[in-house]
Amino acid sequence: MSQRSPWVKPVLTPHRPGGMNKFGALRPQLHQSELDGVAIAPLLEQYGSPLFIVSEGRLRDNARHLRRAFSTRWPKVRHGWSYKTNYLGAVCSVLHQEGAWAEVVSELEYRKARTLGVPGSRIIFNGPWKPAAALEQAVLEGAAIHLDHLDELFAVEQIAQRLGRQVPVGLRLNFDTGYTEPWSRFGFNIEAGAAMDAARRIGTSQWLQLTGLHSHIGTFVLDVRAYAQQARIMAEFMEAAECETGCRIEYLDIGGGFASRNALQGLYLPPDQVVPGFEQYAEAIVDALSEATRGRAALGKPLPVLVLETGRAVVDDAEVLVTRVVGGKRLPDGRRAAILDAGVNLLFTAYWYNHDVRPLQPLEGLAEETVLFGPLCMNIDTVRASVMLPPLNVGDALVVSPVGAYNNTQWMQFIQSRPAVVMVMGDGSVEPIRQAESLQTLTELERMPNALRPPFSDAM
Amino acid sequence: MDKNQAASDQPSALAKPEVLMRLALSDNGFVFDPVTGNSFTVNGTGLAILRRLQHETDLARIVASLCTEFDVVPLAAERDVIEFANLLRNAFK
Ligand SMILES: Cc1ncc(COP(=O)(O)O)c(C=O)c1O
Repeated sequence: MSQRSPWVKPVLTPHRPGGMNKFGALRPQLHQSELDGVAIAPLLEQYGSPLFIVSEGRLRDNARHLRRAFSTRWPKVRHGWSYKTNYLGAVCSVLHQEGAWAEVVSELEYRKARTLGVPGSRIIFNGPWKPAAALEQAVLEGAAIHLDHLDELFAVEQIAQRLGRQVPVGLRLNFDTGYTEPWSRFGFNIEAGAAMDAARRIGTSQWLQLTGLHSHIGTFVLDVRAYAQQARIMAEFMEAAECETGCRIEYLDIGGGFASRNALQGLYLPPDQVVPGFEQYAEAIVDALSEATRGRAALGKPLPVLVLETGRAVVDDAEVLVTRVVGGKRLPDGRRAAILDAGVNLLFTAYWYNHDVRPLQPLEGLAEETVLFGPLCMNIDTVRASVMLPPLNVGDALVVSPVGAYNNTQWMQFIQSRPAVVMVMGDGSVEPIRQAESLQTLTELERMPNALRPPFSDAM
Repeated sequence: MDKNQAASDQPSALAKPEVLMRLALSDNGFVFDPVTGNSFTVNGTGLAILRRLQHETDLARIVASLCTEFDVVPLAAERDVIEFANLLRNAFK
């Protein structure tokens, strides 16, 4: 008989005014089969699906780009890598090799940074809970401790007194920039006077020395004017605190929060059009800071080091998640749905981003509105509520990006275990950087009381 | 009576040929429904299924005939025909 035609899943696409073009798709169908020139399909075979893949090259480029944007504008700049954004050891180490300090917000993160070989003197210690033992270690190792509340101020003072040494500390500040929701639960408020109270208290302490100011105004902040205002307010407070207490502020730490090139849900425009580049953030911040510190040189006071704790904007687009289709269905309302082997257990950020989703291989057929569900037996497990994709078959792989920020730290061991993470290295080799979890990972910390061991009776 | 027999005794389970017959189909996949005025694009496989469903209600025969025209195993074709027929039932009432 004659040649049989290839079988492509049947598709019926309604014509809506303004929707389809004559080729049937809303936009050209994109696919992604490689990361940094390395084919993804063999990695999926070797390490299993789902699979997180980190690009070492992109991570380094991003870190350098950030540094360049700021250090070409301000004399002294420091990047503290925000561990909570992604504390996979290999990710942190790439950034430490690029010169970043560690910015940690818990004893666990502090110890992880130390284990990775970061000296305490290159750790920025933030966060609302720093246990006594961790605080003492941080004092002994010379970490930059940013005080969050008065109890912590007194705790550090006691440690300093016991050790008989004067300890430099930073104050975490909060205030209203007029552009972002104030994060007033962290640190000392400027408008209410709590920040100056704390500065004065430190000024009178024999054991403490105020050397730094810190604040973090929010995350995914799209308006660069928020940062300009932050810089002004912090610089003003620096002058006031120095004047009132005689302290010398060595650095201003403006926290993180630069947006990454991800599509925030509810934003109409694509990320390329709304997310400022590092240069735009840098220009707004440094312009405001230069203006606000103009008088310092004349008084012989050095300019403060500008500290950044940029997290998501550095790591987000340096990682993808590859996932396979495990089933498909039509929903009662006619929409097509696909079930994936990765869901919100691995993609915490699917709650607020519309991640980019591309087939690993070009797929046949007309793109159609598709819902992507994860594998969890939970109604909330939706990776994308609506995305245009060609018909999907079981086994087809999809590449979800950007996923580098907050997913490898906020992922859950819930119903499914966590998959492997590999890194495509700068030289094109691929290294596993976290093994896939197994049943043993789930059970190894459990202990079974003798009375609960099998055999189980079959009485109900 | 075996199960296949039972299925083919219920012609309307797959699709209603009388409804599908009213659709105007073109070879390049343009579908027009004169009752609602809606138009659609259907791909090649969809068109082949739709054409068969206009005249045929027996799933096994549709699948067998598709398997001669397309490079597909019967189970895969059957799965897609069931789902597509459901889509058509809901799109054209
Ligand atoms: C104190 C502090 N610094 C830095 C960051 C990193 O923020 P982002 O990832 O938005 O840059 C955070 C995140 O919440 C933070 O709380």
